[in-house]
Amino acid sequence: MSEGLYSMEAKDFDKTLDLTKIKPYGDTMNDGKVQLSFTLPVPCGAEAVEAAKQMLRKMGLENPSVVFYKELTPGFTFFNCYGSCSHTVDYTSIYVPKVESNTMDMYATDEYIREHIGRPIVIVGASTGTDAHTVGIDAIMNMKGYAGHYGLERYEMIEAYNLGSQVPNEEFIAKGVELHADALLVSQTVTQKDVHIKNMTEFIELMEAEGLRDKMICCCGGARVTHELAKELGFDAGFGMNTYADDVASFVVQEMVKRGMK
Amino acid sequence: MQKSKLGLDFKKVEYARGLAKGIAQDVQTFVEQYTTVAVERTLCRLMGIDGIDDNEVPLPNVVVDALKDKGVLGEGALFFIANAMLQTGLKPQAIAEKVAAGELDITRVVTTDPQQIAHVLQPVIDESMERIRARRARREHYLDTIGEGPKPYLYIIVATGNIYEDVVQAQAGARQGADIIAVIRTTGQSLLDYVPYGATTEGFGGTFATQENFRIMRKALDEVGEEQGRYIRLCNYCSGLCMPEIAIMGAFEGLDVMLNDALYGILFRDINMQRTLIDQYMSRIINGFAGVIINTGEDNYLTTADAVEAAHTVLASDLINEQLALMAGLPEEQMGLGHAFEMDPMLENGFLLELAQAQMTREIFPKATLKYMPPTKFMTGNIFRGHIQDALFNIIGIWTHQGIQLLGMPTEAIHTPFMSDRYLSIENAKYIFNNLKSIGEEMEFAEGGICRNRVKEVLENTIKLLEDITKEGLFTALEKGIFGDVKRPKNGGKGLAGVTMKGANYYNPFVELMKGKR
Repeated sequence: MSEGLYSMEAKDFDKTLDLTKIKPYGDTMNDGKVQLSFTLPVPCGAEAVEAAKQMLRKMGLENPSVVFYKELTPGFTFFNCYGSCSHTVDYTSIYVPKVESNTMDMYATDEYIREHIGRPIVIVGASTGTDAHTVGIDAIMNMKGYAGHYGLERYEMIEAYNLGSQVPNEEFIAKGVELHADALLVSQTVTQKDVHIKNMTEFIELMEAEGLRDKMICCCGGARVTHELAKELGFDAGFGMNTYADDVASFVVQEMVKRGMK
Repeated sequence: MQKSKLGLDFKKVEYARGLAKGIAQDVQTFVEQYTTVAVERTLCRLMGIDGIDDNEVPLPNVVVDALKDKGVLGEGALFFIANAMLQTGLKPQAIAEKVAAGELDITRVVTTDPQQIAHVLQPVIDESMERIRARRARREHYLDTIGEGPKPYLYIIVATGNIYEDVVQAQAGARQGADIIAVIRTTGQSLLDYVPYGATTEGFGGTFATQENFRIMRKALDEVGEEQGRYIRLCNYCSGLCMPEIAIMGAFEGLDVMLNDALYGILFRDINMQRTLIDQYMSRIINGFAGVIINTGEDNYLTTADAVEAAHTVLASDLINEQLALMAGLPEEQMGLGHAFEMDPMLENGFLLELAQAQMTREIFPKATLKYMPPTKFMTGNIFRGHIQDALFNIIGIWTHQGIQLLGMPTEAIHTPFMSDRYLSIENAKYIFNNLKSIGEEMEFAEGGICRNRVKEVLENTIKLLEDITKEGLFTALEKGIFGDVKRPKNGGKGLAGVTMKGANYYNPFVELMKGKR
């Protein structure tokens, strides 16, 4: 703000990168710079700014600075803030479970199915439960696909059925059985109050109760879904942000082969 | 003849409009032969029937289900209510309560004389009509005294699930500059074949539309409107299986804007097309009479289909929706025909194609309160770029004089808006609307340029599409997946069981009353 363009802060910290103790990076190694914005339920004023700074300190941010604030409506003040994070993370000890398959493009996947499975496979997908959003399942299944990645409907060796939105779990599973599905794709967009967790848990419980869990590959997807969450809930794989039809199809076919599903 | 800044050939536009009229007429002929459980429940509400029974079933459902169970729904609720009134001397509400208690067989007929039926219902009909007129007059009085914000109206959503929390968010939004507050409905309400009752505090991704929730929010917006010196409009959803019921509740409680589009329900909620087109007719009649601006959902086509390739489907659908609305007596000024800014932001000159489409829509529907939807499909979670995408969208909104600017949120695709997200979006729109206020009057479109060529192409494709739909009819076109790449069977989807052919004694005077006496 009024300090001008040049930071006059002394930089008396170790500026060498240590992957066992990483910090956010602004413009200097280990400066710890973080930007964030939030609203506090208090009226605008000096006390509000002080409250915001104390909040930043409690978050582990040193040199907290409130660069902008504005009362959104009486009793609620919005802040844009910066600070230097005092915490570090050991990057070298991180393990994140990932979908373990090689992502192939559409042509390679079709070829893989011809060679290793020898028949077209059936994939049934839906946005299940009360979820009315089809964006996710459409991005994976529709012919056109999304962001340059063709959807499953375009694959020669995949019979893809997109059941749309608000499909109850029972109905979805019944349809999967009827169509002799090799894999079921559950899409969840609405995550308010963890409604997606409840719904996906119910799905897996139903699959197990029907004795179908081992007969079909179960995947879930959505912007807030991770592979880790999916595994925790009992799915075979989860597909979150920045994953496409290629990722899903590659996983399904390789998993089928791994399990000897023919 | 109107002059086009884009060199649009208005003779072609009129030809397209004529095709749309034919398509709509075809639908209308079908619609007029039928009624539905939702239409009959609406008539119960117009008779003043409200409340719930011991099992929390709304009394309009109790009455209509009683008729449906006996297989006499085709004669219509009013015929039987009139008979019960003649037989018992009770008012419709007391009759419904007796039906709920199992103390009255509502299907007993004492007369089929139309005059006698009309006569006994007259005072109740007059009372309901007056109630809606008074609500409308109240809005008009506010508009004449405290006034309203300039167009495009700034439209924001609240979606906490709790109506009382929604009030806090809505009032904050109004103070920041919003002109229209939409209370998003809870996920799944569109598929309920009844309207829940009372104030509600639990919902997923939105708040139940109930008459009490409407009342609570209307009061809150009147308060903040008076404080701000600007009338704040309230929007909800006349869609799903309870279209006309929500319309009548909105008419009673002073709602100003309603999403109201059968095509949307068919394509994106898998509601049976026959059911919802019949429901839509009655709901639009009510919305027209109540002075409610309807919003149509064409913008959604572009969330599943590509915005460049499918632009003509939006225009074709807008033209059909305009004709269906006119047939329900809804004036052009109350038509919030939908379109959207949904092109891939990486597309070269994408802004020009969006601008051309928006200007074309403006010129083809000069009186309509066009509803312009923000980017959603290509919002990625990068809130910083998202804010710029919304800025480009706002530039087009002011440039092409849109009616309702449905504000995009930088956090689209992440969460339902925070209070601060709304603030940032309103600030974005106000900055641009003020800074570029007269750009539309200053700028012209180059002869032979990208924009002029684009609208020519879109209009020609629209005409081709409308010619195809004319040949096979709207129902078949929908079965083939003509809009939004979504295919729906004529006898599939939800709600078909609630459709009945009208019988010999069928009586619904509200259609003519509301369409005629505005």
